[in-house]
Amino acid sequence: MAGQSDPHLSIFSSAEVEFLAEDEMVEIVPNISMDPLNLLCGNFGPFRPQIATEVPMWLAMALKKRGKCTIRPPEWMSVGKLTQVLEAERDSPREFQPLPFHYVEISRLLFDHAREDIPDVYMVRSLIEDIRDVRFHKVESGLETIAARTHAVKLKNLSAMEVNIVRPFFVRALQAFYKHDSPQMIHQPDTSSRRPQVADRGPRRDLRPR
Amino acid sequence: MASGSEEGLGLGSEEFDPISAKTDVELLKRAWRNEKASPEILQFQEALVQRAREQTQLSEGTVEEYAEDGTDPLRVSLYQMDLDRTQFLLRSYLRIRLQKIERYMIHISKTELWNRLSKQERKFATSCTDNLGKHLNQSVLSRLPYGYQDILKQSISSEEDDMVPEPQLDTFVFCKSKGSVGSFQLDDVGDEIVDLIADDLYVLRYKSIKALVETGQIDLV
Repeated sequence: MAGQSDPHLSIFSSAEVEFLAEDEMVEIVPNISMDPLNLLCGNFGPFRPQIATEVPMWLAMALKKRGKCTIRPPEWMSVGKLTQVLEAERDSPREFQPLPFHYVEISRLLFDHAREDIPDVYMVRSLIEDIRDVRFHKVESGLETIAARTHAVKLKNLSAMEVNIVRPFFVRALQAFYKHDSPQMIHQPDTSSRRPQVADRGPRRDLRPR
Repeated sequence: MASGSEEGLGLGSEEFDPISAKTDVELLKRAWRNEKASPEILQFQEALVQRAREQTQLSEGTVEEYAEDGTDPLRVSLYQMDLDRTQFLLRSYLRIRLQKIERYMIHISKTELWNRLSKQERKFATSCTDNLGKHLNQSVLSRLPYGYQDILKQSISSEEDDMVPEPQLDTFVFCKSKGSVGSFQLDDVGDEIVDLIADDLYVLRYKSIKALVETGQIDLV
């Protein structure tokens, strides 16, 4: 979507956003026995067959890849919940529904590595894709409302991956508006050529109230 | 052993998060994120980095020990993964800071930003500035006409140092408030007021929330 011309504006790579998402907690059901793990990022376990326990995504993925557990998909990843979200998402053109901050990455990781653990996986996948599309459409139409004197944009419930994707464009658009709106830009031409400026600057004032 | 930090231990000025006591890894992640997303260099998290170093060293020892005494390879690899993740955070955090220093070294050394650097970073900045100065003098500046030879000024008639790159504080950042910050004024001149409530996500000008980032009331995302 957004342009990539300025590398400084896209601060996080998508791999880094995924890295952050891998610390989100998920419930697993191990099929092995293992003593508790005392890790730098926290203590997890003990692991006993058929007894559910919570671990970070990366740990769940590691165990899953080795066939040591099944994953319980989070509650929001059910057909019922997602259908509700999609409907609400469509019904409220100006708001984003509350979803986990890393919903894109979590669902992606689960689709890639634990699809057999997700009931109705095809349905769930297409629902999430629809939700993403609707949300992106909203972000795009939200961009149209950016104008001079926009000092703040509220994006409650926008998720991490969505933030990362729209960041370069958003920041550049806001910066451009800010720059052209700053008093320096407006007053500078005053000294040099007066007449042609006056006509130009008339309508500018209308933009002020916000 | 290599567990998360005991809460309440070694609480420096940098982390005061009474609502949710966090592990050092989480604090490091936050510092990394903020550092990555903010245009200027932030306060070096000395105590935190020190603790993270000690913990990764401990964990390295554990992994080695396990690898030797024939512990379940799965366990060893999980410990290794955990260690790798933390080390990535630590290295990436230090690297972003170095990148910022390289980009803005002269500006940093002239302002109060200097106090935000660690001892090693200051050393790096000083030698970097020296090298850059020497290089530019030898390759370009010494061959320019008199009056245009200053590394900090465009020409002798410049009143201030106008050849020093500075971080752009006017830029916009994405941020999330942790708790309710309440309303605060966005601009020094404007009448624009924003009411930040918990978990809200905003795109704001960095300058206007700078203080809130520095005190840890707001996180950049």
